[in-house]
Amino acid sequence: MPSVLPLGDPAPADGILPPQVLDGVDSRKFGLYVHIPFCAVRCGYCDFNTYTATELGGGASQDAYASTAISEVEFAVRAMEASGLPQRPLSTVFFGGGTPTLLPAEDLARILTAAVGHWGLEPGAEVTTEANPDSVTPESLQLLADAGFTRISFGMQSAVPHVLKVLDRTHTPSRVPLVVQWARDAGLAVSLDLIYGTPGESMADWQTSLETALSYGPDHISAYALIVEEGTKLAAQIRRGEVPGIDDDDHAAKYELADQLISAAGLDWYEVSNWSRTPEQACKHNLAYWRGDDWWGIGPGAHSHMGGVRWWNVKHPTAYANRLGSGVSPAAGRETLDAGTREVERIMLEARLGTGLQVDALDKVGRHAVAGLIADGLVEPGAAFQGRLVLTLKGRLLADAVVRRILPD
Amino acid sequence: MSPMARTAPVPAATDPAIIRNFCIIAHIDHGKSTLADRMLQYTGVVKSRDMKAQYLDRMDIERERGITIKSQAVRMPWELDGTSYALNMIDTPGHVDFTYEVSRSLAACEGAVLLVDAAQGIEAQTLANLYLAMENNLSIIPVLNKIDLPAAQPEKYAAELANLIGGDPEDVLRVSGKTGVGVEALLDKIVRDLPAPVGDPNAPARAMIFDSVYDTYRGVVTYVRVVDGMLHPRERIQMMSTRATHELLEIGVSSPEPTPSKGLGVGEVGYLITGVKDVRQSKVGDTVTNLAKPAAESLAGYADAKPMVFSGLYPLDGTDYPVLRDALEKLMLNDAALVYEPETSAALGFGFRVGFLGLLHLEITRERLEREYNLDLISTAPNVEYEVTLEDKRVIHVTNPSEYPTGKISEVREPMVSATILAPNEFVGAIMELCQSRRGIMGGMDYLSEDRVEIRYRLPLAEIVFDFFDILKSKTRGYGSLDWKADGEQVADLVKVDIMLQGEQVDAFSAITHRDKAYAYGVMMTGKLRELIPRQQFEVPIQAAIGSRIIARESIRAIRKDVLAKCYGGDITRKRKLLEKQKEGKKRMKMVGRVEVPQEAFIAALTTDESKDKAKK
Ligand SMILES: Nc1nc2c(ncn2[C@@H]2O[C@H](COP(=O)(O)OP(=O)(O)OP(=O)(O)O)[C@@H](O)[C@H]2O)c(=O)[nH]1
Ligand SMILES: C[S@@+](CC[C@H](N)C(=O)[O-])C[C@H]1O[C@@H](n2cnc3c(N)ncnc32)[C@H](O)[C@@H]1O
Ligand code: SF4
Ligand SMILES: [Mg+2]
Repeated sequence: MPSVLPLGDPAPADGILPPQVLDGVDSRKFGLYVHIPFCAVRCGYCDFNTYTATELGGGASQDAYASTAISEVEFAVRAMEASGLPQRPLSTVFFGGGTPTLLPAEDLARILTAAVGHWGLEPGAEVTTEANPDSVTPESLQLLADAGFTRISFGMQSAVPHVLKVLDRTHTPSRVPLVVQWARDAGLAVSLDLIYGTPGESMADWQTSLETALSYGPDHISAYALIVEEGTKLAAQIRRGEVPGIDDDDHAAKYELADQLISAAGLDWYEVSNWSRTPEQACKHNLAYWRGDDWWGIGPGAHSHMGGVRWWNVKHPTAYANRLGSGVSPAAGRETLDAGTREVERIMLEARLGTGLQVDALDKVGRHAVAGLIADGLVEPGAAFQGRLVLTLKGRLLADAVVRRILPD
Repeated sequence: MSPMARTAPVPAATDPAIIRNFCIIAHIDHGKSTLADRMLQYTGVVKSRDMKAQYLDRMDIERERGITIKSQAVRMPWELDGTSYALNMIDTPGHVDFTYEVSRSLAACEGAVLLVDAAQGIEAQTLANLYLAMENNLSIIPVLNKIDLPAAQPEKYAAELANLIGGDPEDVLRVSGKTGVGVEALLDKIVRDLPAPVGDPNAPARAMIFDSVYDTYRGVVTYVRVVDGMLHPRERIQMMSTRATHELLEIGVSSPEPTPSKGLGVGEVGYLITGVKDVRQSKVGDTVTNLAKPAAESLAGYADAKPMVFSGLYPLDGTDYPVLRDALEKLMLNDAALVYEPETSAALGFGFRVGFLGLLHLEITRERLEREYNLDLISTAPNVEYEVTLEDKRVIHVTNPSEYPTGKISEVREPMVSATILAPNEFVGAIMELCQSRRGIMGGMDYLSEDRVEIRYRLPLAEIVFDFFDILKSKTRGYGSLDWKADGEQVADLVKVDIMLQGEQVDAFSAITHRDKAYAYGVMMTGKLRELIPRQQFEVPIQAAIGSRIIARESIRAIRKDVLAKCYGGDITRKRKLLEKQKEGKKRMKMVGRVEVPQEAFIAALTTDESKDKAKK
């Protein structure tokens, strides 16, 4: 079951943005997110905005999806121009889902080509797609690389069959080294997504998953703690006692193990849940989210941000297509952040980064909290003395608590 | 059988010889208010179509809980053998917390209807109220109620009653307040058997104040029983204890709605309105006289109701403190038994230490404050009052455990009660065991009938006022009943148990207990807190201590993870909303040192299992 959208203000039909988005636009990068809302099956833990063919009642919308998405690209070009925003080349593009690779690679390529045709690409731009291990072939990967994709992120999740089973994953562990090799052969940088803390996963299971993932030599790893989202099948199973619940202490221990093994393999953390082999191989698109850059989100339920204005599209693919079909913005709601809220978001997001947060940009409450955070072992003393608040391992595990302590009252 | 009176005697012009003043007394729930309903109906003062069950229980809280809290006096006409009589009936509460209401009502009467549930028989408050009535020299009319019930055993309980009061079982009337059977006969008997009031109509006026109630519209309404002379509207009256004078703006009788009259004469019961706004200026037990022609000697009053249990009341939201202060002031206008003074707690902020007659009184007061003044309150664990003598001979009265002196103590005295327990004889063993475990000393035991015993114990108040009754009920399968009254004090081996979070004492959780029970309290409270306080970023030791000696300890492990480590894509709004919610939650925390304690934890820790379900006793 997809999660609910935030409540916000109504968004205008023409997609025109308020003048504040022009302030400082030259210092912000511009990215594109493309949401592909389809999956072969829905995993029991997942509340992303995605739909199986059965849920949609037929494959028709999947076939037409690329065209619909391209019509939003065109809408975005017009709306940004009408809002007075300068034309900026894309510095990152990210296809996420759902399962982008459930669409024919040609469709993904078509969308990318349309976007690049309108906006252009910065030299060295990062172009990523998410993929499920069982939805790619050597040919499809080659096609993506040829179309301009530079990077692929595989949803590996675990290397242990019984864990994959609880997660409802359809792929077998042996598929992962194959697809990693094919991606490499096509010239794509490779990232692997892992999930820890699945009910029934032992510490040894997690270690196996980590070691297996690392043995494939990925350029990047994301390790996410399993979150039991309301309304998912997993939540119901736990409530009914069919699978054991989630234990925070287990999560903490598994995060520590992840950090230890991944670091030992030569990757460094640059965000609470993300590690990369070199700083250049960090996911630039995700960093743009954390740093408050601009991006346009294409697709149902996709979120966008430009200069303190956030908006989000209607969730259902049919409603989304209908809006665009009649030339109306697919946005369901938006919010224009005031200076205080932008500050809260900045602190909340930047605190999670390896590069940290500028201490003297905090208010009095926040600056006063720093000494206590050092004393509690939550931030790096060395970095703090140089004016940056960088989380320690313990601090990363308590990142939300740290943020609450440094936020203005 | 008498018909409804054709004419009613007029107040201020009623010969005392045709007045009958009586109250209905009984154990809780034996049907006093329901019997009063039938009397209101049969005497015609309430029309059948206006009738509703327990008509005189007017407060919301009385109606919801189905119990009487305040006595109500009503004047009703009744005709017998061609003469119209004026009856003043007072419906009284049955719960032990409100015994003082009963004793005040008795002072306005010559007789009492002693009601006994024909399916339950004599219970502890039956005895307690009977003895009170006898001390006041009232004539008693024994009546069995609820004879319509299939489980009624009128023969058996008539014999029990006759045995108790003396007289013939045949003379015990049998009625049903529900169906009305026997109620007219009872009204006739009241007229025939109860003495008329006597007093000197020509003497200076003397009227006894037996109740005083604050009414938003009318100010203080004072209920009196005239003993001598006469009171008239518009004249100046004087309160004999304070010498304060007031003008009588209105005088009248309740029938049951207030009905102004030309005055009140000897033996009459009615109300006065003087425009005063504070019930303390019209004190229960005081004597009202006429300023122009004052009486020389006041009537014998009665002792003020004495608070027995104390609890701290704190607003959940500190900014509500002034609202709580005003609310208590207003409630006190209506409840002379309520006493309070401001106090502060390091953990709970500003609040009040409030004295109550018992747990039911506490609960009802708290509920009224919350409901009528829209407050959210925390009440600290209730305790009794201790008298502590220091080695330097100074004496301190402690109503708040956190004020227990830390210096050299030579002696601590605790309040005692004499308790009466009634139960079928098969439970004697269980009851004795219970009382012994509560440090009780047996005073005696009597058989009220073949299978029902009365057991008397002297016990520390602190041992019976909280959970004793519930345990008694369960040990006697619901048949046991309890009554108690204050009975001096005794020296006891008491200690203060402190609770500490991370070495920081939390005043709200301190308790004074008998040394033998200190350990149990410490274990209970530290265990409870461990469950209730969420994990913090550091380990939090919870300790119970007597002085510097730790008697129990628990510990809350440090939280290790507090971060959402999932990829939410670009949905930053959702993340921020979550954070704002957490921040909001943090605001509702009370800080104890560095430990964040949610208010719910305070409430839950202070909600003793005993204080739940106390509505009925
Ligand atoms: N069957 C039956 N039930 C009765 C009779 N009289 C009272 N009751 C019920 O007994 C319960 C208690 O009645 P009340 O009249 O409120 O008793 P009370 O003595 O005034 O109670 P307190 O004021 O709380 O001490 C109610 O549920 C009544 O309906 C009766 O004659 N027959
Ligand atoms: C947008 S999802 C989609 C990627 C792709 N469809 C897949 O599942 O392989 C990106 C990642 O989020 C993570 N994720 C999804 N649901 C999660 C949950 N409930 N708790 C933690 N991580 C989750 C998974 O690791 C997943 O690979
Ligand atoms: S494949 Fe990915 S997006 Fe699809 S349901 Fe599973 S986790 Fe969610
Ligand atoms: Mg009653």
